[in-house]
Amino acid sequence: MEDCLAKKMEITVSEAEKRTGRNAMNIQETYTAYLIETRAVESQSEGQCSPVDSLWRRYSEFELLRNYLSVTYPHIVVPPLPEKRADFVWHKLSADNMDPDFVERRRIGLENFLLRVASHPVLCQDKIFYAFLTQEGGWKEMVNETGFQLKADSRLKALNATFRVKNPDKRFTELKHYSDELQSVISHLLRVRARVADRLYGVYKVHGNYGRVFSEWSAIEKEMGDGLQSAGHHMDVYAASIDDILEEEEHYADQLKEYLFYAEALRAVCRKHELMQYDLEMAAQDLTSKKQQCEELATGTVRTFSLKGMTSKLFGQETPEQREAKIKVLEEQIQEGEEQLKSKNLEGRDFVKSAWADIERFKEQKNHDLKEALISYAVMQISMCKKGIQVWTNAKECFSKM
Amino acid sequence: QDLSLPNGTPVDTSSPASSSSLLNRLQLDDDLDVETRDLFVTVDDPKKHVCTMETYITYRVTTKTTRAEFDLPEYSVRRRYQDFDWLRNKLEESQPTHLIPPLPEKFVVKGVVDRFSEEFVETRRKALDKFLKRITDHPVLSFNEHFNVFLTAKDLNAYKKQGMALLSKMGESVKYVTGGYKLRSRPLEFAAIGDYLDTFSLKLGTIDRIAQRIIKEQLEYLVELREYGPVYSTWGGLEVELSEPLEGVSACIGNCCTALEELSEDMTEDFLPVLREYILYAESMKNVLKKRDQVQAEYEAKLEAVALKREDRPKVPTDVEKCQDRVECFNADLKADMERWQNNKRQDFRQLLMGMADKNIQYYEKCLTAWESIIPLLQDKPETK
Repeated sequence: MEDCLAKKMEITVSEAEKRTGRNAMNIQETYTAYLIETRAVESQSEGQCSPVDSLWRRYSEFELLRNYLSVTYPHIVVPPLPEKRADFVWHKLSADNMDPDFVERRRIGLENFLLRVASHPVLCQDKIFYAFLTQEGGWKEMVNETGFQLKADSRLKALNATFRVKNPDKRFTELKHYSDELQSVISHLLRVRARVADRLYGVYKVHGNYGRVFSEWSAIEKEMGDGLQSAGHHMDVYAASIDDILEEEEHYADQLKEYLFYAEALRAVCRKHELMQYDLEMAAQDLTSKKQQCEELATGTVRTFSLKGMTSKLFGQETPEQREAKIKVLEEQIQEGEEQLKSKNLEGRDFVKSAWADIERFKEQKNHDLKEALISYAVMQISMCKKGIQVWTNAKECFSKM
Repeated sequence: QDLSLPNGTPVDTSSPASSSSLLNRLQLDDDLDVETRDLFVTVDDPKKHVCTMETYITYRVTTKTTRAEFDLPEYSVRRRYQDFDWLRNKLEESQPTHLIPPLPEKFVVKGVVDRFSEEFVETRRKALDKFLKRITDHPVLSFNEHFNVFLTAKDLNAYKKQGMALLSKMGESVKYVTGGYKLRSRPLEFAAIGDYLDTFSLKLGTIDRIAQRIIKEQLEYLVELREYGPVYSTWGGLEVELSEPLEGVSACIGNCCTALEELSEDMTEDFLPVLREYILYAESMKNVLKKRDQVQAEYEAKLEAVALKREDRPKVPTDVEKCQDRVECFNADLKADMERWQNNKRQDFRQLLMGMADKNIQYYEKCLTAWESIIPLLQDKPETK
């Protein structure tokens, strides 16, 4: 990998703080601000720590950054932000944005986002990104000055609107289909996982009731009492253990969520290509019709029906001068159109080339990351099983002493 | 028939009171070595019988013995639940001073349970086996005449009818019929037993509810897991490099589902019935305590009546003497049975709870094996394939 920003700079989102302030509509609101700390990575030989720079950013600024990157680099699968609102929660987790656990997980997610961008070979070189990390004041103005909002295609917002592309690129069509399926399956997985977590929580917690009743029972027993009492204690330990287990599993859910949102970013690239192709075809179509018009005017033959043609037939032909003028305008337009089409074609080819390069990079990253996530999930399950065996073995020993 | 103890001493069985007190004075409890044990009973081989009027299950009851009370050394008969129920009633009637072990519940109230399902029949068989073994281990109950007939008779129904006829012929039954005497106060030791049984029943009831709740939660967890596993498989279908790892996770979760199902089944079939048996046991024991109270009340009332007559008779009427005998025997029998019961209870619960722990350990071990086995699959690099 080329020398990307992540290698030269340590980036962390180290803190989160509740703030109150006035928003654009001058209404008092509460929001969370995140502290971004950066430090240049020194070579090992120097052995001294360079100073830490820091600044505060809120979620909406992260959103602005991402929007800018998406528009400016349409061929790149841009890393996603952590979710805006808590979704796929199981009952014990709060859906409240101000909940400290949610804020904490968001902090980690935002840090992850910055690290992803900083390790991307193209995105890490962006000056706006660098300024986001290092320049506290005037960053928003800087972004707006790039005029990226003008470049943003409003048609992209209509996610499901279909554009009839005559010659779609099969690879992109397949990829778009894949990203749809991926989003669907990961959403399903996250929903069911949340329900599984809920149920598992219930199973563990009910065992805590054994602790209490064994204790009460042991009070009326002579020989059995001690064994019962100590076994009850282990039941309490068992019941309490689920909290940590499920908290750890949330990390796995977050990894899945990242790729759920990544799927959307992937889809966006396909969409942009689709629009590009559509625009190209429209431009080519327009050029063809203009050429035809020109030809008809020049030769006097009407090959295609046009209202103008009919009206001129009914109301009289134009003068030769008028015709000449028209032809000249069309010829100019045709020339313009041909140049535009050429550049659009070039643009299209460049887009496809660089998009596929990034898509390949993304695929490898995805396979690697998800494999790691599955391994860590399996490791979590193994740890949970071992804890279960331990607790029940301890309880069994207590029972054996009854 | 003359009863004789294992050491050859003849026993006078003419009065129930004397046999029990004599036998109880000897140390015949459950810590018998296998060599000194002379009666073995097993319940197995359930079979379904379909008749025009009804369908029912019979169990084979096998007896092996060297006791003189039995004509043959081995017996094999078939009995149905009704017969066990009859036996228990007979024991209660004829040995009112003793604690009679409980039977599994007669009626299955929860409509969903199938009376003829393999699981239900097996659970019942185990309980009936336990019932007979407890009687077998009891130094007095195991010598009961009705028990003998139950184990040996080819046609139990004929004997049952005969017993009814005899009863109606005899003016007096063996029952300790005591009419409406009110006990002023229970002696301390029996009050303590009563209190103990009350609390014991309560705690067992709570444990039963908790166990049921756990099973319910586990089954709901299982429902979700059954949906969870296949989603990984669906995902695997979309992927190329991740296809095998995802399939592996899906299969793994499937294995955990199977293990969980087995755990819940075991708890339902082995744990809950034994708990419930002990709750029934405690209930019947409380009734025996009440009977004892009655006997004591009768004695005290009669004694008081005599004292009120103010006759200077040094001799106490035989009537009152008999009552005193009864109270003393009842108390002795009950105390001995209580001690035996406490010991058995401790062993039974030790085994039951250790079994519960074991089943949970096995469940986690099965899951652990499943997850550990897919780690190499997940870590596998495509180049190495």
